[in-house]
Amino acid sequence: MARVLVVDDDQALSEMLGIVLRAEGYEALFCDDGSKAQGIFKETKPDLVLLDLMLPGIDGIEVCKRIRSESGVPIVMLTARGDTLDVVKGLESGADDYIVKPFKPKELVARIKARLRKEDVKAELLTLADLTIDVVGHSVKRNGKDISLTPLEFDLLLALARKPWQVYTREQLLTDVWHYRNPADTRLVNVHVQRLRAKVEHDPENPEIVMTVRGVGYKAGP
Amino acid sequence: MKYFYQFKQAWNKSLSLRIIATTFIVSTILVTVIGLILINRVSSGILTSKESSSITEASSAINEAQKVVTATDTGAGAPNISTVVDTAVTALAVRAGQSGLYDVLFLASSDISKQGLPERGTNLVAENSVSEDLRSRVEKTEKLLWAYTEINYLDGRKIPGLVVAAPIKINNVENYSLFLLFPLDKEEETIGIIRSAVLATGIFLIFGLLILVWYLTRSVLSPVRKTADAAERLRMGLLNERVPVSGEDDLAKLAGSFNSMAASIQHQIGQLEQMSRMQKRFVSDVSHELRTPLTTVRMAADVLYESRDQYTGETARAAELLSTQIERFEILLSQLLEISRFDAGAADLSLNMVNIKDVIEKTADSLSNLLAKQETPVVITGSAPEIELDQRRIERVLRNLISNASEYGEGKPIEVEIGSDEDTIAVVVKDKGPGLEPGESSLVFNRFWRADPARARTTGGTGLGLAIALEDARLHSGWIDVWGSPGKGTMFRLTLPRIAHKAISSSSLPLGIGSEEKYELDMSALQEMLDPDTKIAKQ
Repeated sequence: MARVLVVDDDQALSEMLGIVLRAEGYEALFCDDGSKAQGIFKETKPDLVLLDLMLPGIDGIEVCKRIRSESGVPIVMLTARGDTLDVVKGLESGADDYIVKPFKPKELVARIKARLRKEDVKAELLTLADLTIDVVGHSVKRNGKDISLTPLEFDLLLALARKPWQVYTREQLLTDVWHYRNPADTRLVNVHVQRLRAKVEHDPENPEIVMTVRGVGYKAGP
Repeated sequence: MKYFYQFKQAWNKSLSLRIIATTFIVSTILVTVIGLILINRVSSGILTSKESSSITEASSAINEAQKVVTATDTGAGAPNISTVVDTAVTALAVRAGQSGLYDVLFLASSDISKQGLPERGTNLVAENSVSEDLRSRVEKTEKLLWAYTEINYLDGRKIPGLVVAAPIKINNVENYSLFLLFPLDKEEETIGIIRSAVLATGIFLIFGLLILVWYLTRSVLSPVRKTADAAERLRMGLLNERVPVSGEDDLAKLAGSFNSMAASIQHQIGQLEQMSRMQKRFVSDVSHELRTPLTTVRMAADVLYESRDQYTGETARAAELLSTQIERFEILLSQLLEISRFDAGAADLSLNMVNIKDVIEKTADSLSNLLAKQETPVVITGSAPEIELDQRRIERVLRNLISNASEYGEGKPIEVEIGSDEDTIAVVVKDKGPGLEPGESSLVFNRFWRADPARARTTGGTGLGLAIALEDARLHSGWIDVWGSPGKGTMFRLTLPRIAHKAISSSSLPLGIGSEEKYELDMSALQEMLDPDTKIAKQ
């Protein structure tokens, strides 16, 4: 049973989220203060974090950064603001996905499921440039040294690496990696490609592994 | 003609040109008139005094000549006449002296001159210095005659002069005429000097006046111009604009008043901005704060709705109503939030090269459920080149226009026409519904305005859709206008600039039917937006 940590200061909403999560068969854990979030996270080791951006104590973006610094656990932001700046800030601080309040329970559950989805994979070793991707082990190595990626970043890299000849549009990546049924905000892709490049590229300014195809999208290089 | 037109334009535009030109014309006329009068007076004065002194001198000289003639009159005989004439002329020449007060012509009468009688003159004076007219008049008179003439000398010199004439009798028989020619060259010279002095003074006076007037206009106009410039900059929104104040005169007062007016405007605008910021902030905060409880309610309603089978009929229906109305509430909230974002100027564009026809087809596709329910077909015609636009916003605009048309279109086909020209692309969405009453076209974009409050709300529109659509278009520097006539349907026209953010004033498709077709944009809705008081008054 997957465990979901809900970091939200609104008690009614937390409780309601708990009801919905339990109805879907998840175990719900709660935290109502940003400053306690990291401690509770360490203690409980949840499989996914639902994080409200507006929190007392430390705000959601800071919480997101702190969790991300020690774990690749999927983080889905709850935001009351659809404003560009907040969403991008949240994504840049490490959130995998976001959902704008008010949302339907089904939407939320779909987002959670997409992030927790484990594909059945056969043992496979892919190489991309000087990277070795171990699909089962969920690891990426360069010259025998591990590069730590979040599950989402791994999925993104894997999707590109599996078909190095194919140019992916941002919408395709949203469908394949984020499992959106209706392609939505392409900024998700942009921000996470930046994060991925920062980890795998020798020089993120001149990418050689995740290449931009102007006007279309991305492809695995070279 | 062209220059005349240019001059006329400059004349109308420049106050200083008008003042200087007027001063020039008036002062030239005045100086000319005064100069002419002055010269006339002075020269006639000089000539009159010369004339009287000359005549006095002439009459005594003529008397003396007569005496000399009478004294030497020794009886009849031609040689004697010659002697008499010589003696008289010599006496007169002596009297005139070295300075040449006058020259003498002693001529025989015309009736006897043919007989070879002697005639004399002094200093090479030519006979034709005296006009025939004067000669004949002298012969018939006993008195002194005088006239102005030109004295000709045999060596070719010509000078102006006064001739005084009298008849002289020799031997009591022969009629002679004595002409004394007084040269006036000195007087002419004096008059000439005076004339050129007056002319120089006049020109100097005119130029002095012009410079004075130019300086005065400049010193008055330059602060006025500075104030006008400052007012213009103030109009453009530079509220910190002030005019330098120097001295305590009327112009300083103008600058001072202008500055205090600008300060007061700045203060008022600042206050209004502050108020509107607070209000917008409040609306935005309220919308945000509402979202969290709304999310809880939404989820609770959904949970109830999902398990409605477990309830009895009435309770199940209540759960259903709760769910659908929360959905409506949500749409309203998100639209309010969108509007508050526009009001706060926080809306931004993300531009991409897009073919508008694709957007229309996609929009019509996404509305297919609604359109099928209303049994309304959509006919799309025309095409336009790709332009840069924010697809999400333009999709929203088109969804609004098309769903609006289907709501009021009474099931008749909706026509969507696409057009383009050099500057714009346009989309006209036309329904064949009841149309708009006169005066309604500027109101449809008002927030929460409805064509007919009593109408059944089939699509559950919020009344904010068109207001948001117009804001979306305006964000693209485009515009939406509407035409409608009772019974003829309603047309909405979306016009977007082909080059992002370039100002447009007309559309590539006409709005209206038949004689009412217009390509210019109808900006009346903007008036309503900027002046909400008239909106309230009209309602």
